[in-house]
Amino acid sequence: MKRRKFLKATGAGIATTGLAGILAAHRAPVFAQANTVHILRWNDFVPAADKVLREVFAPEVQKALGLKLNIETVNANDLPARATAAIQSGNGPDIIMLLNNLPHLYSSAAVDVSSLADEVGKAQGGIYDPAAQLNKVGGKWVSMPWSLVPALIAYRKSWFDDVGYKTFPDTWEKYRAAGVLLKKKKRPIGQTLGNTFGDAPTFTYPLLWSFGGQEVDAKGKVVIDSKETLESVRFMTQFWKDAHDEGGLAWDDSNNNRAFLSGDVSASLNGASIYVAALNGADKFKTETGAPLHTDILHAPLPAGPKGAHAYHTAFNHMVMKYSKNAKGAVEFLRWAHTKANYDKWFVVQKGFATGPTREWENHSMWNQDKVMLPFKTAPLAQKRLMGFAGQPDKKAAEAWNKYIVTVMYAQAASGKMQPEQSVKWAAGELGKIYT
Amino acid sequence: MSAAAPTERGRVSPLVRLLESESVLATALLVPGVLILVLFIAYPFVMALWYSLTSIRVGEAGQFVGLANFAKAWNDTIFQTAFKNTVFYTFWATIFKLALGMWLALLLNRSFRFKRIVRASMLLPFIIPTVLSAFAWRWMFDPTFSVMNWVLYHSGVITDRLPFLSDGDWAMWCAVAVNTWRGMPFFAITLLAGLQTISPDLHEAAALDGASAWHRFWHVTWPLLLPVTLVVVVFSVIQTFSDFQLIYVLTGGGPANSTHLIATYAYQVGVASGLLGEGAALSLFMFPVLFAVVWVQLRYMKRMEGH
Repeated sequence: MKRRKFLKATGAGIATTGLAGILAAHRAPVFAQANTVHILRWNDFVPAADKVLREVFAPEVQKALGLKLNIETVNANDLPARATAAIQSGNGPDIIMLLNNLPHLYSSAAVDVSSLADEVGKAQGGIYDPAAQLNKVGGKWVSMPWSLVPALIAYRKSWFDDVGYKTFPDTWEKYRAAGVLLKKKKRPIGQTLGNTFGDAPTFTYPLLWSFGGQEVDAKGKVVIDSKETLESVRFMTQFWKDAHDEGGLAWDDSNNNRAFLSGDVSASLNGASIYVAALNGADKFKTETGAPLHTDILHAPLPAGPKGAHAYHTAFNHMVMKYSKNAKGAVEFLRWAHTKANYDKWFVVQKGFATGPTREWENHSMWNQDKVMLPFKTAPLAQKRLMGFAGQPDKKAAEAWNKYIVTVMYAQAASGKMQPEQSVKWAAGELGKIYT
Repeated sequence: MSAAAPTERGRVSPLVRLLESESVLATALLVPGVLILVLFIAYPFVMALWYSLTSIRVGEAGQFVGLANFAKAWNDTIFQTAFKNTVFYTFWATIFKLALGMWLALLLNRSFRFKRIVRASMLLPFIIPTVLSAFAWRWMFDPTFSVMNWVLYHSGVITDRLPFLSDGDWAMWCAVAVNTWRGMPFFAITLLAGLQTISPDLHEAAALDGASAWHRFWHVTWPLLLPVTLVVVVFSVIQTFSDFQLIYVLTGGGPANSTHLIATYAYQVGVASGLLGEGAALSLFMFPVLFAVVWVQLRYMKRMEGH
């Protein structure tokens, strides 16, 4: 091709799209963006899962749907800030991962994905009820549940055996008694009561419920200032001093992993990331006898209180944003990703850290590979309550959750900053300002 | 260049003629700056002001609610704690930065080997992005793996770990210490620049009159350095009072909200919880305080200039 011919040809190409045309349309040229889907997710605690997205999902979805998948990952604590900024500016990722009941907070900015949710639910044994409550607003699905990360207690079997507990304590009182003995041996329980998204509220909300306390009643009236709540705060205050690593007041969601893996704590409420890390680093993480650490780890649900046992499992959901120029492509990507064959590739590398959003995934053969992970298989079925119980997990419940009111109620008493009575009244006052 | 050049001998182009007018030139030079101020300072400020008077939430326009957001913030116990923390944090961090910065400036004003390298390296804490240095400090204060705890424990100084970030009071002092570490070089270098403008003759004359080192500092150095000091303090108060990054990374406002500052709490309410109106109202509580500080200090400086 001669120089003049080339310039003519390319000139014609430019003329058809043209800078003036781009400016007039207020958007990038179609060929550059129409088939791109930008997805914002958390930095997965199982790094291999992010690798699957980048190295398997991205090329395969390009081949299957012609979509270029642009994957961005950030710290989970930063997702709400990114969502707020994107929604207010009307520009940002096409899909944003939102945890727990944040879809309620951002529902006005969401594309309706009801047909997708119905389709996946129908084909895969039904979506778990808590996931449905967290993702449905006003009867329509504003986001698509991707996974649940069950929170169970990871504990050192030999250390609990050593203090006389051959099976994991099934009540809070027994757990405290075991913890007292363990702390005396410099093997305290490790639990965060810090301002952090996962391990703190997944511990404090079930603790509150298991003593019979709750934030509000079914009509949304604040009822946290009750003798049941006070009893739970008193219990936790003592439990903290007697049995816990008190540094936990400043922990985020990763501190307990490090403390457990280094042999500083005997038990911690967590997803399975501690065990998965110990499994993947068998040469690195050892017990005091030199055995691989993962051989001494088991999982158990949170103990029961006077009003039974409760659990809260962190929900991870994908919202397709209304401002997206390629919402259709974004929904198509999710439809593709949720098919059994594709989701399976992501699911297996999680090794049970995350469960699927539907019951279908309880039947996966992966669960037969490692008995230590079995408690995670059906853990979502044990979740009967959500934030804002006995009301709805709505915007108000999200505000209370984001302000860490329940967690701070326990932390203030455990740290000695307030008396339990004062701290419960403080929480009632703060919730009262939200539930007006 | 060609447009500005005379087109013919004795004739000047219209553009040059236009720019020769002082008022036109001044306007042309000012416009970009004013535009930047309007776009990046005035517009966000006015928007924040408007947001604070509405019930705007993320993705929802909201309605005019008057001063309701301010009233809610005023009665919010977490905000009250955050406000007290912000005043405490700003006061002590500024005091320490001033005292240590002055001390460092006086030391750096002396002659010694590798003076330039030492002066340049003093700026490192100020140059490193706050997020990075705050992470490094967070690891040093880590409740379980703190290197300081490790050293003190293994050297037999302590038998239990020190609660650097897990006790509210300790955590606040840790934040003050990190802010001081980060901000002190700015004080030191600016005060050093001020010190170098003071004629050595004045010190020599004072020394000949029998003034001690302390007297020379108090009666010669300090009065001459006061205008520079006031400017540095004004800047520091503004930056420290509105600090966000350091606390966000170091403590996240915890434990039990003990280290929340106005900025971190406003972020939690406005951005993380999507209550933009309430978040804007919370952050605007900083404005009258900072305005008062700046106004008092600028007035004082003006009075001094008069003298």
